[in-house]
Amino acid sequence: MALEVSAQASAPIPLDVAFRVAPGALLALVGHSGSGKTTLLRMIAGLWTPGQAHVAVDGRTWLDTGAQVNLPPHRRRVGLVFQNYALFPHMSAAQNVMAAMDQPDPVEAGRILDLVNLQGLGARHPAQLSGGQQQRVALARALARRPQALLLDEPFSAVDRATREKLYAEIIALRAHLNMPVVLVTHDVNEAQLLADRMVVIEGGRVLSQGTVAEVMGDATALRAMGIRELAAMLPAKVAEHLPDGLTRLDAPSGPLFLPHVGGPPGTRVRVRIMAHEVIVARTRPEALSAQNILAGTVAQIVPGQGPAVMVHVAVGGHEIIARITRRAADQLALRPGDPVHAIVKSMSVARDHVTPAGSDIGV
Amino acid sequence: MDWTALELSLRLAGWTVAILLPVSILFGRFLAFRQFRGKAVVEALVMLPLVLPPTVLGFYLLVTFGRNSPIGQLWQDLFGSQLVFSFTGLVIASVIFNLPFAIQPAQRGFQAIPAELREAASCCGMSPLRALWKVELPLAWPGVVTAMVLTFAHTLGEFGIVLMVGGSIPGETRTIAISIYDRVQAFDTDSAAIMSAVLVAISVSTIAVTFALSARIGKRLS
Repeated sequence: MALEVSAQASAPIPLDVAFRVAPGALLALVGHSGSGKTTLLRMIAGLWTPGQAHVAVDGRTWLDTGAQVNLPPHRRRVGLVFQNYALFPHMSAAQNVMAAMDQPDPVEAGRILDLVNLQGLGARHPAQLSGGQQQRVALARALARRPQALLLDEPFSAVDRATREKLYAEIIALRAHLNMPVVLVTHDVNEAQLLADRMVVIEGGRVLSQGTVAEVMGDATALRAMGIRELAAMLPAKVAEHLPDGLTRLDAPSGPLFLPHVGGPPGTRVRVRIMAHEVIVARTRPEALSAQNILAGTVAQIVPGQGPAVMVHVAVGGHEIIARITRRAADQLALRPGDPVHAIVKSMSVARDHVTPAGSDIGV
Repeated sequence: MDWTALELSLRLAGWTVAILLPVSILFGRFLAFRQFRGKAVVEALVMLPLVLPPTVLGFYLLVTFGRNSPIGQLWQDLFGSQLVFSFTGLVIASVIFNLPFAIQPAQRGFQAIPAELREAASCCGMSPLRALWKVELPLAWPGVVTAMVLTFAHTLGEFGIVLMVGGSIPGETRTIAISIYDRVQAFDTDSAAIMSAVLVAISVSTIAVTFALSARIGKRLS
């Protein structure tokens, strides 16, 4: 049931894109506003048709400009969560969900609302719901369509940060129930890295880079487009112990990590996003240092960037941490691939919304 | 009090509303959502009856429907009666001069629906017809009702066109507005006063309903 998309157009924006999303996988389309990512999503949904395009799901063609096939949106099994949700204001939450069903079924609507943690709110109208609750209704409505492709258009941009963190965790948990390809449009690299399996970076309607999140994070071109300060690595970890001083000790393949309080009982699996510009590299294990996390590893590769910086990928326990340091520092340390080094991470440099629950592992 | 005239006026207004309701929904929706060449011209044509003096419009309709016109001829051949000075002729004239009242408010009602909601409807699997019924009409209905209320009230009060096309045949074309004029001509001011008061009452309640609905359409979509 993979989703296959390709598109070429010259207006309203130039477009030259092709990608594939496996069933159950989440692909993030990342780009600045005006990059064409939302336009692409609208094309998959059937709300816009470019000059030349092909969209197929599960072998069934939704759009083929060459063969004059162009199913209208209501003939495509697509679930779309709009940026501003576009809930029907005259319907209750449950009615909104039922509006997307072939056979409206209040019991099924209730089940889907439970799934997105809206127990007991089915009778409320959109105006009586908070932004986060409206987002959940929009998601429930998209799921009620039993979509062959789930499309999320900047679904977290209209809620406050605390709500967003909660919604991230919910989406990650929900993914265990989703077996269709999911496309997430976002300009937020953190969001993409936390939620997606694969990323497609778009600029000016063109694909700059695509691949697994780790691959894209290692691609200098993609990083330049996304903003180099977004460069980060993801480390899997497990909550080991909540310490009385407010820190949490996490077990990671790289060794223990001490971070500001991380939610969840011991044993909770999480993913930690470590920003590259926060990481220090040392040749020898430093002593009398305030930083709490000193991870021993080896230099995997050194990627030169534009300007004074280089990206040092450090292999620690089977994963990579990326350190963005000056070329001058790399020269002073005479770093070469294979050299043993220590990557140093301040506990306080890891923001709270950079630690998220690890979802079920879905192969891609 | 000329009850026959009041009954005739209500019947005329009822037929006009019945015919213009689907026109107002379909054409109002069409003008609200579609962009096409010459749209401004079409909109201006729809508005024309609003600015034309009723006697002028009535004159042209009289000429168009008259026995010597192709339309009048065809009607005579088909139905064996003439179109002018008949109730049917009045209904047709009434439909034409009410076009702006029937279409404009409905068009505004549809235009007030965010494009995203209509897109959401189709992404929910709704066919255009189903989206019209489940999403568009429930959101645009205050506009449609306003259109019908205005049409109804306007038909009750129309004078110039009715006189030109229909004359003043009791039970056939003498509406309450014509009847008021006739009573005044006959120095029967008491009857004229009563009938005028009835029309005032109907008009005031019409405006009240219209305002209440416009307030509601604003509140709904905010």
